[in-house]
Amino acid sequence: MAEALSGGDMLIRALQDAGVEYIFGYPGGAALHIYDAIFRQQKVEHILVRHEQAATHMADGYARATGKPGVVLVTSGPGATNAITGIATAFMDSIPMVVISGQVPTSLIGTDAFQETDMVGVCRPVVKHSFMVRNCAEIPTVVRKAFHIATTGRPGPVVIDVPKDTTDPGITAPYHFPESVSLRSYNPATRGNGRQIRKAAEVLLGAKRPVIYAGGGVVLGDASAQLTRLARALGYPVTNTLMGLGAFPGNDDQFLGMLGMHGTFEANMAMHHADVILAVGARFDDRVTNDPRKFCPDATIIHIDVDPASISKIIQAHVPIVGDVALVLDELETQVASEQARRPDCPDREALALWWEQIRGWRRDHGLDHHLPAEPGKPILPQLAIQMLYKVTNGEAFVTSDVGQHQMFAAQYYRFHAPRRWINSGGLGTMGFGLPAAMGVQFGHPDAVVACVTGEGSFMMNMQELSTCLQYGLPIKIINLNNQALGMVKQWQDMQYGGRHSQSTYSDSLPDFKTLIEAFGHVGIKVERAEDLEPALREAFSERYRRKLVFVDVWVDPNEHVYPMAVRGGSMRDMILSKTPAGLEDNY
Amino acid sequence: MRHIIAVLLENEAGALSRVVGLFSQRNYNIDSLTVAPTEDPTLSRLTLVTTGDDSKIEQIIKHLYKVIEVVKVVDLSESDHVERELMLIKLRAEGPTRDEVKRSVDIFRGQIIDVTATTYTVQLSGPSEKLDAFIRAIGKTTILEVVRSGVSGISRGEKVLSL
Repeated sequence: MAEALSGGDMLIRALQDAGVEYIFGYPGGAALHIYDAIFRQQKVEHILVRHEQAATHMADGYARATGKPGVVLVTSGPGATNAITGIATAFMDSIPMVVISGQVPTSLIGTDAFQETDMVGVCRPVVKHSFMVRNCAEIPTVVRKAFHIATTGRPGPVVIDVPKDTTDPGITAPYHFPESVSLRSYNPATRGNGRQIRKAAEVLLGAKRPVIYAGGGVVLGDASAQLTRLARALGYPVTNTLMGLGAFPGNDDQFLGMLGMHGTFEANMAMHHADVILAVGARFDDRVTNDPRKFCPDATIIHIDVDPASISKIIQAHVPIVGDVALVLDELETQVASEQARRPDCPDREALALWWEQIRGWRRDHGLDHHLPAEPGKPILPQLAIQMLYKVTNGEAFVTSDVGQHQMFAAQYYRFHAPRRWINSGGLGTMGFGLPAAMGVQFGHPDAVVACVTGEGSFMMNMQELSTCLQYGLPIKIINLNNQALGMVKQWQDMQYGGRHSQSTYSDSLPDFKTLIEAFGHVGIKVERAEDLEPALREAFSERYRRKLVFVDVWVDPNEHVYPMAVRGGSMRDMILSKTPAGLEDNY
Repeated sequence: MRHIIAVLLENEAGALSRVVGLFSQRNYNIDSLTVAPTEDPTLSRLTLVTTGDDSKIEQIIKHLYKVIEVVKVVDLSESDHVERELMLIKLRAEGPTRDEVKRSVDIFRGQIIDVTATTYTVQLSGPSEKLDAFIRAIGKTTILEVVRSGVSGISRGEKVLSL
């Protein structure tokens, strides 16, 4: 005989049975039965945030860093709507997350009751799926389904809206948590089509100027090892998208760096001139392709993705393969090996050597300089700050970022050696993501070094969470690239609006961050000179502050721009490389 | 190109709004939409008419499949199919035009299903173009009210859309 539980207890028990460690949340009227159930148990730890948006980013950061789904609990109305930005962030980057929102009692739904919002309706375009609980008995099954949907196929956030009456402590039902669920309308792809994979192997081995273009799907699909093996076996160059950084080791000689709008010169040039592109878990985002009509004119495109809708959405794939990226890459590796046994002259080694020579030339001429000097008396270059962070953390930190110039500098200059180390809002571009995401990462990996690279604009969007950091003793290191402006906005205004800085500066009204951080009970360090940068970072990451949150306020050159930058409406080879571009694309 | 897409989906609250939301969210057209439960009460069948080139239709079908409650999708216009639409139309029928209206209804094989001294209510079914043609033939001044069901469609022959 199954135990009889109230809806609130069932919900928490089901989360326990789903293996949940943490709930990131904020209480309120409609969720109070659930909060009482949390109080009466020990297995799942609830993390009290200061704003619901931050709860979603924490769950998101936790999910990205651990591969396990993040869980959020908020109340109805404003609690639910505050969570939307974080849900949309997770949706755009395909992050597994389950968001439980309180709702007014069923009898009040539709009456404009206090703190009532149609959460299922509001979140619809930014969730993978949503449920509205109808009675307490169905709660375990709904929770099981929600986790199944959130974590399989192309992952994504799932919302469970829970009317208060369904968690009433006075109403009980037998508790049964289903071992598994099957949904007749939901069967995500697993193995790819064997014939297509064979075809892909043939095309790959016939390439003279190949590029492997790998995205966030490789990270999410835990397929880094497979990708790295295949790339090394073939000896082909690899580029990662912003979301894919770490999927291939960032310090490997075969790695071309990130591609796209602020990608490296060699990655973008290689893409443009490629004859075969193997796209894995990437979606040909507009920040990658530039004008799709001018995209990689000579390339035969092999596209592997778990989501059929991502294939041929922007760029027509010649060899589409729908399936789990890790399984498909395993199979592709086997097919490449057997094809190679049959055709020992493939790939064309001479052509490949020439291709690498060309790529190395591009890298030599306009590649990123990872050995910038810290020149005393000169303004601190933001790139230098990231380079130094890389050095001080031995390239082994988990790095979260916010959105803007600092994000691009971090993506360019911190070379990620492993997947799930680089955590940023790539799709939605959510400012305010960095700090709460870092908190989620730290909860997932309590002993790891977690750095949040941010800018003063982004940081101020969720800095209330400094209080949460103190409550839970999170020793995050925040590197604030302070340029006293909304740097990326200002850069666009410099480049496209005649330098008219409309609403992008606020230097007279910035807080003294050191004092601010200290008021929250943490450690603040201000750095204004290049020669002080390394000592400051060494101090921040020192044993002395191993258990402390340290905020390093780095005053960087406010006039620095992110380069390369794609020429608007151009192809991938059309890039601006400095503030004084001189018809460079004509030379290549 | 005009396409008729048939969708089997779980007969659950919120499923329809997800399908409709998908179309507005991704800037796809809906020319008409009709939905009702099937012989299996757990399933609804939805027929929608949309326009777009092949790649757009391919995307629409893929995205429909991504809606968790969607069980099956078929583009009926890809092969032989029958389509019908039902129209109820209320017409002014007075004086000398009353007979003329009746004649037009007969030509289009419509049925008069309600009569008053001054009006006819006509039921007409067929492909959408036939209904369009009737509306044009009868003329704006005669028409009091039009209600159309939207297109329903089904494949010809042995082919069926079921679980």
